Amino acid sequence: MGGYAPYVWSTFGITLVVLVINVITAKRRLRSVREQLKLRVARDARRRSKE
Amino acid sequence: MYLPNWMHKLASPPHFFRISGWLAPWLLWPAVALIALGFYAGLVLAPADYQQGDGFRIIYVHVPSAYLSTLIYGLMAAAAAVGLIWRMKLAYAVAAAAAPIGAWFTFLALVTGAIWGKPMWGTFWEWDPRLTSELILLFLYLGFMSLRTSFEEPTKGDRAAGLLAVVGVVNLPIIHYSVIWWSSIHQGPTIKKLDAPSITWEMAWPLLTLILGFTLFFAGLLLQRVQAEVLERERNARWVTEIMRPGIEGG
Amino acid sequence: MSTLGLAAAVLRRDLALAYRRWGDVASPVMFFAIVSSLFPLALSPQRDVLQLLGPGVLWIAALLSMLLSLNALFRQDLEDGSMEQLAIGPQSLPAVMLAKAAAHWLVAGLPLILLAPLLAVTYHLPGSGVTALCLTLLLGTPTLSLLGSVGAALTAGVRQSGGLLALLVLPLCLPVLIFGARGTALAADGEVISGPLYLLAAFAVLAASLVPFASAAAIRISLD
Repeated sequence: MGGYAPYVWSTFGITLVVLVINVITAKRRLRSVREQLKLRVARDARRRSKE
Repeated sequence: MYLPNWMHKLASPPHFFRISGWLAPWLLWPAVALIALGFYAGLVLAPADYQQGDGFRIIYVHVPSAYLSTLIYGLMAAAAAVGLIWRMKLAYAVAAAAAPIGAWFTFLALVTGAIWGKPMWGTFWEWDPRLTSELILLFLYLGFMSLRTSFEEPTKGDRAAGLLAVVGVVNLPIIHYSVIWWSSIHQGPTIKKLDAPSITWEMAWPLLTLILGFTLFFAGLLLQRVQAEVLERERNARWVTEIMRPGIEGG
Repeated sequence: MSTLGLAAAVLRRDLALAYRRWGDVASPVMFFAIVSSLFPLALSPQRDVLQLLGPGVLWIAALLSMLLSLNALFRQDLEDGSMEQLAIGPQSLPAVMLAKAAAHWLVAGLPLILLAPLLAVTYHLPGSGVTALCLTLLLGTPTLSLLGSVGAALTAGVRQSGGLLALLVLPLCLPVLIFGARGTALAADGEVISGPLYLLAAFAVLAASLVPFASAAAIRISLD
């Protein structure tokens, strides 16, 4: 690539990494919020059924 | 204030949540395909530039990132304005969700711009208008995110950061032109141009593909993040507890 | 009480408070002086280096000094409840915010302009440079007070807000810094700087007419 190879590849690589990081963090956040809420709802339901 | 019916519906959190749930994959998968195609085209198919050789290929990741970094800021400020004017909770959620994505793209624009600079100008950093404005933009994003999370009450944080975003968007063009003026009185010996000088169609179409791909990617990602935001903000609402019940599909 | 009357009263009160606690007034000015003297020590006392750095360094020192004094702009009023009274009163809140920014400038900005010529001399700036520094500061510091008041209003209730305040306010102040510092440097080189001066004046007028509304909205957010 005429000596530009490390520069070009590193930019594309970093871009790919950042895009992947964004996908992973977004998915992880959604999943963790969902799970926390599920736990909470289940806990409240149990408490209410005890009363 | 008059708003069309579909807007009213869209602004309702449960409705938006449902729509973004099925819409997100329809944005993300085409985005992945377009980005993959764009990467391949940019690295392999596009012919090397006359002046910059293969080094110009960095444009394919730098320009979409830079373009998105400013687009997202505008969207964030618009959402904040909607939230402040119409007190729409969903608008605040959109602004909050967009901010980190925008910050990442700004970071990308800076890093790819810096790496592009090394073979082109000999240094990793130059205080030229484009890079300097991107740096300031990053500070604006970080300021928004810091301010929003530094209040005990989330609504206060939303409104304070929202006001900051709106004020920042007014100031952004002023900053940009100030930096241009300032750099114009330091005419360096080398021409600091980050654009490919004369661009043919074979060079251009991968760029357009990637711009579109990145935009769809952002849209899909935003919907996912807004989903998480909405769930968290509305966690005490009835519709949330309904769908979070065990055994309910979609919960 | 009319809006103008209230604004005047707010202005007078802030000035009276500053007069009584003149230590609060003095410390940003001292900061300006001390920071200005750091650069020759850390970099180089050579005449040509100082002449090159002077405009920028002095402008940055002034900017940071104003930032320092902005922190406490609304804190006292928020704590003792007087800001709340002003906000729910019938008079125009933006006018009150303009008065507060004006008081801040008189107390924190004007002294800097008076000290600037002395510091400029220590940087060996030529006469044209000294004049330009004072003019640009005169036109630019009001805008800094105004923009800073928005940041101060937004962070009024936040603990340890110094760094956050800087992060919010400094990007907004960049155009003023750029035209002020570069304008002074150009003048020191002998150029005519009517352009940057008019622009700084325009910023000041724009800020004075629009920013009070933003800072009024900001303080309402902090009050809730």
